[in-house]
Parts: sequence; structure tokens; C-alpha cells
Amino acid sequence: MLWLQILANGLVLGGLYACIAAGFSLVWGVLNVINILHGSFIVLGGYLAFYLHMHFGVHPFVSILLAAPLFFALGYALQRSMINRMIAAPVLLTLTLTFGLDLMLSNAMLTAFTADFRKLILDPPLGIVSLGPVVLPVDRLLAMVLALALTGLLYLLLSRSRIGRAIVAVRMDREAASLMGVDVKGVYAITFGLGALMAGASGPLLAMIFPISPLTGPVYLGKAFVICVLGGLGSVPGAMIGGLALGLVESFGALWFGSEHATTLSFVLLIVVLLVRPEGLLGRKGYA
Amino acid sequence: MKRDALIAVAVFALVALAPLTGESYWLRLGTTMLMYGVLAMSWNFIGGMAGYPSFAVAAFFGLGAYTGAVAQKLGVAMGSAWSLSGLAALAFAALLGVALLRLRGHYFAIASLVVAEVLRETVNSATDLTGGGMGLNLPIPAMRSVEAQAVFFFYAMLGLAALTFAASLLTRYSKLGFGLRCIQQNESAADMLGVNTTLYKVAAFMLSGVFVGIAGAVYASWVHYIEPPDVFDVLYSVKAIVMALLGGVGSVFGPLLGAVVFLGLEELVWRKFLEVHTGVLGLLIVLLVMFLPKGLLSLSRRLPWARRLP
Repeated sequence: MLWLQILANGLVLGGLYACIAAGFSLVWGVLNVINILHGSFIVLGGYLAFYLHMHFGVHPFVSILLAAPLFFALGYALQRSMINRMIAAPVLLTLTLTFGLDLMLSNAMLTAFTADFRKLILDPPLGIVSLGPVVLPVDRLLAMVLALALTGLLYLLLSRSRIGRAIVAVRMDREAASLMGVDVKGVYAITFGLGALMAGASGPLLAMIFPISPLTGPVYLGKAFVICVLGGLGSVPGAMIGGLALGLVESFGALWFGSEHATTLSFVLLIVVLLVRPEGLLGRKGYA
Repeated sequence: MKRDALIAVAVFALVALAPLTGESYWLRLGTTMLMYGVLAMSWNFIGGMAGYPSFAVAAFFGLGAYTGAVAQKLGVAMGSAWSLSGLAALAFAALLGVALLRLRGHYFAIASLVVAEVLRETVNSATDLTGGGMGLNLPIPAMRSVEAQAVFFFYAMLGLAALTFAASLLTRYSKLGFGLRCIQQNESAADMLGVNTTLYKVAAFMLSGVFVGIAGAVYASWVHYIEPPDVFDVLYSVKAIVMALLGGVGSVFGPLLGAVVFLGLEELVWRKFLEVHTGVLGLLIVLLVMFLPKGLLSLSRRLPWARRLP
């Protein structure tokens, strides 16, 4: 029955991973920019929840509501002021630009919060729930549900709203979209804002489950990247499938190979998928 | 090409005089500068000439450092250990290149970025051979004095830098260099016109690995002690890219110039801001990319006497 438990753990983890990757995948797909800042945004969102909880007793689920507009504004401003100017530059330059920004942000966080690992501890704890042979902590379960809900909201926004359709249109064909009267630079800024929002909103969820530290930013970034490759780029369902797949692989990989080889395992997986199925598991160019 | 070689010989000869100052500070700075130069010039093979945004420098550096250190621990002499590191980096680059160079753009960049992490994890868990997280001490070379050692490692780095420069100059004016620039401009077209793109890219990747591997081994012998987070530091990759960008990507002198200017900035500015060291580096990167993406050499193009500098 051990493997049932591990399956459940993997799925819970996967739900959170989907939320981490959705915004990253959106920015990559639409802007063709790898946002190296994504991991640091997640960590910053985690700290926001941590301090709000420590000083004001705000529940991390509530702080998501605060984090979302804040991070959207941050991302929007960043895109408007800097990245939009570099959007047509070669990959190396945009990559290096967001890398430089990330060095600044992570250094600022290191100075402000120190490298200590901190854990947001709910009081009273939410306890655990057992479903037959499977035991799950309630906070984890709730975090997963919220993460999937956020990802679902993003999907709805992209497929139903006017601005969402504009984003998808720009992703499909930038020139055609701009000929149809879409303000491409504005769409880019909103897309980057949405990506930052998803990162900032998943921070509080992760802070409830994992210890946070400025040093964990690159770890989340790496996971987001692997998920995008696994699931396919720039689509929310892709991020969802990729996230669940990575969650399962990590859980079962820890059982079979030991958790100290987690990075190696996901790297091997990454290379295999890139070589065998470069378009991702979903396999078609999915939009929205 | 002859002119470039002459300029380079003059520059390297001038640098070779540095130990005459007798100041160990300048010697240490010079050794670091030459090492940075090797990293930047090496990155330029794959990143500048072929246009593949590689972040694998840290992987080659750490691999070289650990190969050299482990070989010396097992009783291999220092010089042979260095060569062994070069061979290891060369072979690793060939294997890695065959797998990774099929990817383009972001995919290649991130995949190459992860390689250093994977190697670090491997080294960390192979405790009996590498000492794992405890790091590895290297034998101190039998030399008269600390000063003699400093001079020795300075000249070792200088020799390596000169070798790297010679390789990039030769590549630049060879069929390989021409093919790489074709790949950089339009890979599909180059492929169609009969450039063996896979072979060329792997060759460039191997060139970008071998000297960095040796530099890692020399560095390990120089500082006597290495540990995984130190030699597999992603900042080695980033710094190499920044230096090449600073000087001018794809040119022969650009990365060298970038290394000199970069180290100057590092010494003048960062010593005063230890707490925000990486933050200031980040700021430098942002300013560089936004305002000087073609590097310092692009400024010199406006001067008539420098117009023909490659």
C-alpha cells in the first residue's frame, strides 16, 4: 500500500507544480522570454505570506489575495519599462537581462531576509485526513486544491475573456494580431504581469508546505522549466500535465533512487523528452 | 590575421612582465584575470561564433577542477593531472554536445545550465572519491617559497590563456570559424549549403570545454582546496558570458578586453560592496544588455585606427 501513498503525494505535489509552471510557461510561450526571475518571485510571495502571518496573523490563503495584484503590478511595470525594449533581441540577451534582474532581486532578498530557512507554521495546525490507506496533511491538500483552482482561473481567463483571447492571438501570430488591432506591447506587459501574478500567488501556498529561503528560487525555476518541456510550451493544460508528471516522477524517483538524485533524475527526464518528444507530452501546439 | 597575432603577442609579452613588480597582489589579480580571459574566450567558441547561448562553463570548470584534484589525490603528477582534466572536459563536451546541441535557443541554454547542477550533485554524493561536501585538499607543490608558487601559477595561467587565444584566432580564420558564423546567422541555410552543422557545433563545444577544464584544474592546484559549490558555481558561466558581452561577442579580442574591464570593475567597485556583490553584478548586467549589447569593441569601430580590429 506504500505506492498508493506515494501516488497521492506525487499528485498533491504535482498540483502545486502545475501552478508554479503555468505563469512561466505563459511568458515563455507568448513572449519567447525565459523569465529567470520566476523562482525569485515565488520566494518573494512566500516571504510576503510569512511576514503577514507572523506580524498580523493573516492566513496564507488570504495573503494570496494581496500578493496577486502586487505581483501583477510588479511584472507589468518590469515589462513596460525594460523587457519590452529588448523583446526583439536575440535569446542570449533577454536571457541575460532577466538573469541580471534576478541576481539583483535574490541579492536584495538575501540581505533583507538572510539565507535562513523559515517555515510558516499554522496555529492551530489543520491536522491530517485519512482516506483508506492514504494519509494526507490537510494544509497540503488545501494548497493543492487552491493551486489547481488558480491554474484553472488562468485557463478560463485565457479562453473566455477578451484580453485572454488577445494574448492567445499574439502567441499564435504576432504580426497578424497587431494587424487586427491588438496592442502587442500592451499584451506583452499584461502577459508578463500574469506570469508574475501566478508566481507570487503560488508563493504563499508553497510557504505553508516547504521551508522558504532566497536560496530555493533557482530550484523552483528549474522545476518550472522541466514542467514546460514535459507538458509542452505555452499552454495551461500542458503545464498541468507536466506538473503532475513531474510530481509523480519525483515521488517515485525518491522511492527508487533516493531523494539526493532528484536533480539528476529530472535532468535525464528533460533530455530524454527533449530528444524523443520535443513538442511535449500533450503533443500538439495547444493554445490557451 | 598576422596583425592580430602580432598585437596579441605584444599584449601577452607585456602581461608576462607583471611578476617583475614583485607585488603578490598584482600577481594574484593577474592570475585571476587570465583565468577569466580563458573562460570568456572559451565561451566565445560556442556562444559567440556559433551563437548557441551556453551556460556550461561552470560544468567544464568544475569537472576539470575535480578531475585534476582526484587524479593528484591518486598520485598523478600535477602537469599530467592538468592534461587529464583537459581530456576529460574534451570528452565530456563531445558526449554532451551530441545530445544537447540538437536543441536551440532557450532549450539549449537551460539544459546546459542544469549540467553543472547535475555534476555538483554527482560529486556531492560520490564521497569516497571526491570528499563530497567536505571538499578536497590538494597537495601543495614542492617549491621554495609562496612567492615562487604564485609566479608559477601566474605563468601557467598565462600559458593557458595564450593557448586559448591562439586557438580562437586560428578557428576564426579557418573553415571551422567560417562555418560557425554561418550557423550563427542561419543554421538551416548553412546545413542546406553543405556545412556539416552537427560536426561543427560539437567541435565548437569541445573547444569551449577543453581550456576551461584545464583552467579548473590549474585553479584547483592554485587554491589547494576545492568544494562542489565553489567550482560548480553558476556565476562562472554568467561571468564568462558577461565578459564576452562586455568586450564584444564573436570577436577575437572582445572576450579578452571584457575580462580585463570586468576584473577592473570587480576590484574597484565590488570590494566596497561585499554584502550586495551579486546585486551589483546584476545591475551591471542589466545596464550592459540594455545600453551596450554589442560590447566595448563596437564603440571602437567608430575610431578610424581601430576599424579593422576583428
